[in-house]
Amino acid sequence: MSSLAVSPPVVKAKSLSCPNCGGPVELRGFAHTLSVVCPSCHSILDASTPTLTLVQRVQEAQRIQPMIPLGSRGKLENTVYEVIGFQIRDIVGEPGEGWSEYLLFNPYKGFRYISEYRNHWNFIRVLAALPEPTKSRGKYAIRMLGQTYTHFDHADAVTSSVLGEFPWRVKVGEMAQVDDYVSPPYMLSSEATPGEVVWSLGEYYTCAQIWRAFQLPDRVPRASGVFANQPSPYAGRTASAWRLWLWLMIALFGITLVMGFTSTNKEVFRHSYSFTPGAAGEPSFVTDPFDLQGRPDNIQLEINTNLNNNWAYFNFALINQDSGHGYDFGREVSYYYGTDSDGSWSEGKSRDSVILPNVSPGRYYLRVEPEMDATATPMQYELVVRRGVPVWIWIWLAALLLLIPPIFIKIRSTAFESKRWRESDYPPSSSSSRGGD
Amino acid sequence: MSGHTATCPNCGAPVNFRWSGAVQTTCEFCHSILVRTDLDLKKVGQVADLPQDSSPIHLGTEGQYQNRPFVVVGRIIYEYEQGGWNEWHVVHNDGTSGWLADAQLEYDLSFWTKPPKPLPPFEKVHRDAVFQWDKQQYRVTSVTRAHYKGVEGELPFEYWDKHDMIFADLRTTTGEFATIDYSENPPLLFMGRPVEFDDLHFKNLREFEGWKQ
Repeated sequence: MSSLAVSPPVVKAKSLSCPNCGGPVELRGFAHTLSVVCPSCHSILDASTPTLTLVQRVQEAQRIQPMIPLGSRGKLENTVYEVIGFQIRDIVGEPGEGWSEYLLFNPYKGFRYISEYRNHWNFIRVLAALPEPTKSRGKYAIRMLGQTYTHFDHADAVTSSVLGEFPWRVKVGEMAQVDDYVSPPYMLSSEATPGEVVWSLGEYYTCAQIWRAFQLPDRVPRASGVFANQPSPYAGRTASAWRLWLWLMIALFGITLVMGFTSTNKEVFRHSYSFTPGAAGEPSFVTDPFDLQGRPDNIQLEINTNLNNNWAYFNFALINQDSGHGYDFGREVSYYYGTDSDGSWSEGKSRDSVILPNVSPGRYYLRVEPEMDATATPMQYELVVRRGVPVWIWIWLAALLLLIPPIFIKIRSTAFESKRWRESDYPPSSSSSRGGD
Repeated sequence: MSGHTATCPNCGAPVNFRWSGAVQTTCEFCHSILVRTDLDLKKVGQVADLPQDSSPIHLGTEGQYQNRPFVVVGRIIYEYEQGGWNEWHVVHNDGTSGWLADAQLEYDLSFWTKPPKPLPPFEKVHRDAVFQWDKQQYRVTSVTRAHYKGVEGELPFEYWDKHDMIFADLRTTTGEFATIDYSENPPLLFMGRPVEFDDLHFKNLREFEGWKQ
């Protein structure tokens, strides 16, 4: 049956000569090419006829040097493409602002584009579906094939230079209205010319990726600024940082529970005393001894007084009865209150507590030496010693410290996004200048 | 697919049919356009030299789309002001046939479809007009006046005396498209979708100097 499936001859690349200067013109895009630029005199030629005809003689202001030379081949998305065309699109009214476009060709897969702006790259293909206008976070957006793209900017573009060949009729000076919509790493673009709107989808590529794909020999240049659809290094990391924070908080809560359950938190001593300031005799005394058991652990000393617009200072020593070794410390308790023009106020408390960490087990007593104003009224107070109390302050501190990474990432992420949108038609209100990098 | 063979009434060369439904074919040797009658073939015209083209597809190219194998048996070449495109006539082994368009290597596959309701009259068709079929909204993206540039191989209808055509292209937000051929009366509806080269699993394609598939 396939006896008549005669394979047609191999399609060959064509070599023609320029009708303007006579220089050789090679067609890399086979019969797809409709326009070709003479590499010698830069005239734009019509390639749709068997011999080339002159379309536009180009006054060449400067030699343009594409970063990827025409004829280079590179592998993108597993397909080898050849660079066959190059054009510079300037933004009308913004001199020096513009982007480069490379036309890529594979005789089976067809045409693709790569664009370059300040060393930011996009690999682009034309889309055939219909766009649906919508809104995203208050901005105008387009929904296309299940994905929403937010409007980024509008520009009137004019083709300022062309090199190589194109499957359409190119002209220097051709105008188009270009709108970009972003959903990093993707960018949806519409290009409107009279009579036609073409939608295309780009995916962000770094210089390093392009250099690798085309095996370019020079050093990889650095991109400047943040590009419209450049993926944020913090994208998704904010959410995962908060997720991690949540897990750590759950773990912390677990530790808290365990601490609560395992703390002995046992009262080992409680006694009430009174102190009369200015009384004769030695104010210091020692308490009855008490036992601290188990592993080395903290103790908490609680002082409950009946101080009332008054203060007291306590010199304490926790002394091990066997070794005579002691821990010296002092506490001040003061409690004042009253009313003034702002209403009622109070300062301090009539009670205090202190934690001594890591006290070895043994038999201990306290030496206590209260001090007060000599004229103050006598004070009643109670001392309570507890062994192995849970210390919540560390938990709170840990919770606070754990907040730092997600907040840090969130700040960096916000800064990146604000850098991105500063270049758009919707600069964040906090920034005063446009395009100021 | 039948391997039916006839003889060219013009040059006597064997004319093989890959598709039993073919109404028209061309003789590979003398390029006569042949129309099938009840008994034999009748020469109705002569194919001019086909324009140069660089489609990787040719008559006899095979492929498979969504597990349905097909073979390319014919084509129509259209030309319009922005260039041209090929409509490759593809047939499946159950005898049904469709069209694989190749417009500058953007491929789409479409099938003649009985309109679910009467097609809009041509006067109502203009860019951005919206029509509804099968609960899908179709928006007119272009109305193209094309002319017929050439023909090759087996076709499901006589296509040798056509000149100017008017096509309306419509698209949906999900990527499906419809083409209405207003040069027929009543107009014909074709429905389809864009297809990726890799999804067509081609065999027996053309070769290009300096390129590997």
